[in-house]
Amino acid sequence: MELTRRNVMKMTAAGTALAASGLPLGAQAIDELVIAYNVNLPAWDPTTGPSAVNPTIQGLYQSVFDQFILQQPDLKPAPGLLTEWGWNEDRTKVSMTVREGVTWHDGSPFTAEDVAWSLARAADPATGNPINFVWSTLANFAVDGNTVTADVKQFDPTIFKWMYFLTGYVLPKAYFEKVGAEGFEAAPIGTGPYMVEKFERNAFVRLKANESYWGGAPEFKTVTIKFVTDAAARVAEIESGASHVTLEMPYEEYDRLKGGMNGVAAPISDIGMIFLNDIDVMLDPNVRKAAALAIDKQTIIDRLLSGYGVKIDTLQTPEYDAYDASITVPYDEAGAIAALAASGFGPDNPVKFTIQTTKGFKPKDYEMVQAIVGLWRKVGIEAEIEVYEIAKHYELRAADTLAPAAFYNWGNSVGDPTTSTGFAMFGPSPHSVWDGEDLIGMIGPLWGEADEAKRIAGWKAVDKFIADNALVIPLLQYVQPILSAAGVVVTPHASGALLPHLMKRA
Amino acid sequence: MPPHGYSPSGAVLNEWARGDLAVTGQMQLFGRFLVRLMTTAITLLGVAVIVFVVIRVVPGNPIAMMLPPGATEADIATLTALYGLDKSIFQQFVIWAGGVLQGDFGMSITTRQPVLALVMGRLPATLELSVMALVMAVFLGGAAALGGTLRRGTRTEGAIDVGAGMALSVPDFLWGLVLILIFGVLWPVFHISGRVTPSLDLPFSSNFYLFESLLRFRFDLWADIVSHMFLPALALAIPLAAIIAQLLKQSLKETMHLDYVTLARTKGYSEIHVITREALPNAILPTLTLVGVQFTFLIGGTVIIERLFSYEGLGNMAIDAVINRDLPLIQGIVILFAVIFTGVNLLVDLSYALLNPRLRHG
Repeated sequence: MELTRRNVMKMTAAGTALAASGLPLGAQAIDELVIAYNVNLPAWDPTTGPSAVNPTIQGLYQSVFDQFILQQPDLKPAPGLLTEWGWNEDRTKVSMTVREGVTWHDGSPFTAEDVAWSLARAADPATGNPINFVWSTLANFAVDGNTVTADVKQFDPTIFKWMYFLTGYVLPKAYFEKVGAEGFEAAPIGTGPYMVEKFERNAFVRLKANESYWGGAPEFKTVTIKFVTDAAARVAEIESGASHVTLEMPYEEYDRLKGGMNGVAAPISDIGMIFLNDIDVMLDPNVRKAAALAIDKQTIIDRLLSGYGVKIDTLQTPEYDAYDASITVPYDEAGAIAALAASGFGPDNPVKFTIQTTKGFKPKDYEMVQAIVGLWRKVGIEAEIEVYEIAKHYELRAADTLAPAAFYNWGNSVGDPTTSTGFAMFGPSPHSVWDGEDLIGMIGPLWGEADEAKRIAGWKAVDKFIADNALVIPLLQYVQPILSAAGVVVTPHASGALLPHLMKRA
Repeated sequence: MPPHGYSPSGAVLNEWARGDLAVTGQMQLFGRFLVRLMTTAITLLGVAVIVFVVIRVVPGNPIAMMLPPGATEADIATLTALYGLDKSIFQQFVIWAGGVLQGDFGMSITTRQPVLALVMGRLPATLELSVMALVMAVFLGGAAALGGTLRRGTRTEGAIDVGAGMALSVPDFLWGLVLILIFGVLWPVFHISGRVTPSLDLPFSSNFYLFESLLRFRFDLWADIVSHMFLPALALAIPLAAIIAQLLKQSLKETMHLDYVTLARTKGYSEIHVITREALPNAILPTLTLVGVQFTFLIGGTVIIERLFSYEGLGNMAIDAVINRDLPLIQGIVILFAVIFTGVNLLVDLSYALLNPRLRHG
């Protein structure tokens, strides 16, 4: 073709029209589902590196890879790649039955060898699996037909729960050994409902339906997940019709838009809380109790979060195994004043400490802390707010040097008390800043408790002790807002994972 | 110097003298270039040391961010050693610098990919965005300056001044939000996220999508890429266009009072001819310098704009790297930005010296 000014102008106009024709998606029949996702996907191996323990990325992983055990939208386990699992009588061995007839995305058969290899690899510290300390409690994997057995080096009652939690994914042994870690990163395959067709880091991933998925072929045959990390941009994406589904927008925007499209706002396994560090004034139980009693959680949820939140008084949400509705910490301003007075504090002689918080990491985090500080001021607590980045929070918490009070959010998508109260409040844990020996003494025996009923009862007792002594201040369970175009129905998952294979046409 | 035993005429002497001066000027220019190269190298070393130390001293280490609940001291030590963070900062720097000298910038902690490949893969996207923004800014700013000069003393000039003031006082990310609202939501004619439509097959062999689509005569892809880049580039361009408009208009107004411009007018040339052909060539030099300097700031501005428009460039990657405390990736991106900044400044200085006869001849 001759490159003349006229030709260039013609083709540019044609190209622009072609590109523009793909812009408004909302009014067209949905052939390709487009999701505006709130996080980037840095790496594909779901078992190593920081991404592996990032809860917000798990939904992306679960679209491509299967976990050992399936987790249903209500957090309950169900047969997945493992159809049966359990311990022997004396808890010295585990046995797992592997589903037959499953294939990897490259068409090769999925076998029990893949399960054994994935578990052994996870237990190998050289691979950099951050949850290695859990997986290494199993050893000596053996395969017999479609059964995998292993020795229990150290009994962990939650080991099978980890099989549908962080890093609990099955990877393809033969393929991984053939292509190596770099090859796998370039062309990842799993047994999950979708196959990776195209991936542009920081931009998008394009998925094709796995028609032979053991759980049934997904309804949408092509899904593009765009990584749109800015909340305002995600709102614009769904409002303009450039995306069909998005999540985690400001609640005001959710309320504004849900009338014209499908909106679902369901509680997820993510809570807001205030860590109390047992230093300085927090060693005084009256100060801690006053701080807990003075917070009107429901009003904060109603006013700041437009009602999207569930008030909690322990680190368990109603979906968790050890939730006990009888444990409550009321909003009691007079009680808070009385508690402070018992220690010689009051509005005229306030107790002073610092509270740390992120600003914008979670919805209205800073504003919530501002409101709490205002409520505290009324009863005689003068708290100074220090804003920090989430990375600093992690470092300070691991070093046990958080301020006397620190706002944080805690995720626990398996709903077990060990991964909420346990790790958050057990002194030796790098995530706990409460080091009281009495609490350590209560929690210690529960780690290896084999009697499930006794174990859950034990954790409830721990939660009661924590609430009575105000060792931490649970605030709320978060609600995740999801908006979708009129033609798409989204099934929310209580873990917070947005899963395209759970989306259907209206 | 003239050859020994030869007595040239005055005219020839002048010729030699001019030749000597030219050679001296070129030598001085070359000397200045060498000095700038050395200072650039020292600057880069300084940047490397500062960024290396600072990101390790500020709170928030990557190991703490990936610690699972229940990790023991031994687990923490294992992870720390795995990422090479168990050594002193000096030892880490020596290892890293040794690698850099061999072209190895280390592995990204979050993506587990070589840092050099990651940043070089993203650089074209950011460069294309910056160049497009620069072109837009020059076009918009230049048009405003010429229009304001042509209509000086009228309401049009006042409107241009007010518009430039507004454009300058609103930061680029806010322009981004305004543009998303107008051209993404209310009148959706441009894409508001990404760099290219995911469903398109890209036959490119490089990451310079915009330029390669033109080279391959794939104007359909070119239009799609431009449709994605237009809003972020415009958001970046608007404040710079205002600066260009203000400076160029001021320079033009000053030049318009010079004698040679008056002479051109008396010869009967049109006002447009006088402005564009007579005044502009002299008035544009300060603007050229400014554009060069501002280009580096423009690249810096891509960090926020790329995030806002989910544009897959270096800036977007930089924010992720900082959030995740991906130390090797932060180092790689900062060093690359520093190379671009110093490189552009070096080019601007050299081009200014080449264009300005007073500097060229020392």
